[in-house]
Amino acid sequence: MPFALIAPAVVFELLIHVTPMAVGVWMSVVKLTKFYIANWSAAPFAGFDNYHLALDVNGALGASLLNSFAITCAFTALVVSISWILGMAGAVVLQRTFWGRGFFRTLFLVPYAIPVYAGIIAWKFMFQKDTGAVNHLLADNLHLIGAGDKPFWLIGDNAFVAVVVVTIWRMWPFAFLMLMAGLQSIPEELYEASAVDGARPFRQWRSITVPMLGPVNRVLVLVMFLWTFNDFNTPYILFGGAQPPTGDLISFHIYSASFLTLNFGFGSAMSVLLLLFLLLVTGVYLFVLNRRSRRA
Amino acid sequence: MRETTGSKAFRVVVLVILSLFTATPLYVMVTSALKPLGDVQGDFTWWPSNLTIQPFIDIWTTVPLGQYFMNSVIVASSATLFSVVIAIFASFAVSRYRFRGRSTFTTTVLATQMFPGVLFLLPLYLIFININQTFGIQLVGTRTGLIITYLTFSLPFAIWMLAGYLDNIPKELDEAARVDGSSAMGVLFRVILPVARPGLVAVAIYCFMTSWGEVLFASVLTTQDSRTLAVGLGEYSTQVNVYWNQIMAASLVVSVPVVIGFLLLQKNFVAGLTAGSVK
Repeated sequence: MPFALIAPAVVFELLIHVTPMAVGVWMSVVKLTKFYIANWSAAPFAGFDNYHLALDVNGALGASLLNSFAITCAFTALVVSISWILGMAGAVVLQRTFWGRGFFRTLFLVPYAIPVYAGIIAWKFMFQKDTGAVNHLLADNLHLIGAGDKPFWLIGDNAFVAVVVVTIWRMWPFAFLMLMAGLQSIPEELYEASAVDGARPFRQWRSITVPMLGPVNRVLVLVMFLWTFNDFNTPYILFGGAQPPTGDLISFHIYSASFLTLNFGFGSAMSVLLLLFLLLVTGVYLFVLNRRSRRA
Repeated sequence: MRETTGSKAFRVVVLVILSLFTATPLYVMVTSALKPLGDVQGDFTWWPSNLTIQPFIDIWTTVPLGQYFMNSVIVASSATLFSVVIAIFASFAVSRYRFRGRSTFTTTVLATQMFPGVLFLLPLYLIFININQTFGIQLVGTRTGLIITYLTFSLPFAIWMLAGYLDNIPKELDEAARVDGSSAMGVLFRVILPVARPGLVAVAIYCFMTSWGEVLFASVLTTQDSRTLAVGLGEYSTQVNVYWNQIMAASLVVSVPVVIGFLLLQKNFVAGLTAGSVK
């Protein structure tokens, strides 16, 4: 009986996720370059050559992969931590009922509800050098920079800042939503009792809110980490075809490396390495958390 | 409980910062969509001096937006329907039965969330082409291929969220219905599903939003006829002019249905998330 119930889910997961994964792993050990694309089953076996190429940090391809990996790590750390802080701040200040609370909750959820590309395109327009709102605000409204020195945001070093800001804009409402849902399960009496004992708001946050949100945070941080590290849409829509070196996030890096050089074997090898890294981080994360919760 | 001045000030500061950060792009989107082309090609202005609704008329002819809209509606609603139905059965099994391979199934399903899309994009493309050569079912460049792909994207999270929701429904309800002679399917459809409606709505919203916004696979798996909004919107900037006012107008038009739907049903969504995450 239960097998019949899960059968449809299993069939589709096998077709779309598991089988392509297996094919992807196979592709990573063959020499699937542009010469074999038309007849890909004839591609010669390459062993770990593709992996050697990806991990050889002295070679050009390996060095650029390492660079992209480092950028993605910095990007993920910034996006996840700042999104969590903003989401927590928003959820905590909306915990108490006050006039206009529903309005703010609705407003904060819009970036999460809006289709991915629509939000990113709006930011892309704002980051235009001459016609964009960001430079207009910095130069013409706030006079922080001269009107003649408006910088490029989507080309060059500033691209990193741009992609971080846009991703936080899309990500923090999710943290807000999850934390807000978690806060609803904390009984009001806990706060009242601690207030009687003279606890200040920050103290209450540290000793009631944060521990009670433990289960939510455990899922939230992991999910945000995986989504951010794998993020393809933001750089793809924000930068278009040509990614600036400082905005070279790893999913986008693998995509353009595969499709520009048409060396799909090498692209697959990089994807497998990415997956192994994510598995390792997730495994360590869950292991540490399980041990800690068992001890507590 | 009385509120201190300090925490009130903290609240005002936080709300101002978050509101400005959240609302600025939305404001720019709305005002720029109401500007004539000349005004979005010059220096940016916060206040539109020449209001026009022309961009909202032009978007339908500059690119075949109506057709992309139809494609997106068909793809997203079909994927949502199938995904929810499949998730209902799967989560019922996970929540109510103990069977061999149960934990393997739930772990695998969640692990697929971790897969980088780029890893299975090309293999999937090749598999679709092979299916066409072997069985004659056209999956690349059709809405069917996209529907199948998207339903599996939302399936893992849907199963996880719904199973969490079903776990919170007391098993005594099932047993009472069983005693009255209901079959397993009778229990599912007449007892559990009516109670789980908020969870179902939450899952459906999630599936629809996932399909409506997906870009990477749509860009590879669609052709001109089956193109969805996510890809079609890019065409406004491949023209000779970059029609920023039309891009903003089109972004608004494609956002409004999902944003309104989500905001109306957000309570269900929060309830569904809570049920899934506090387990």
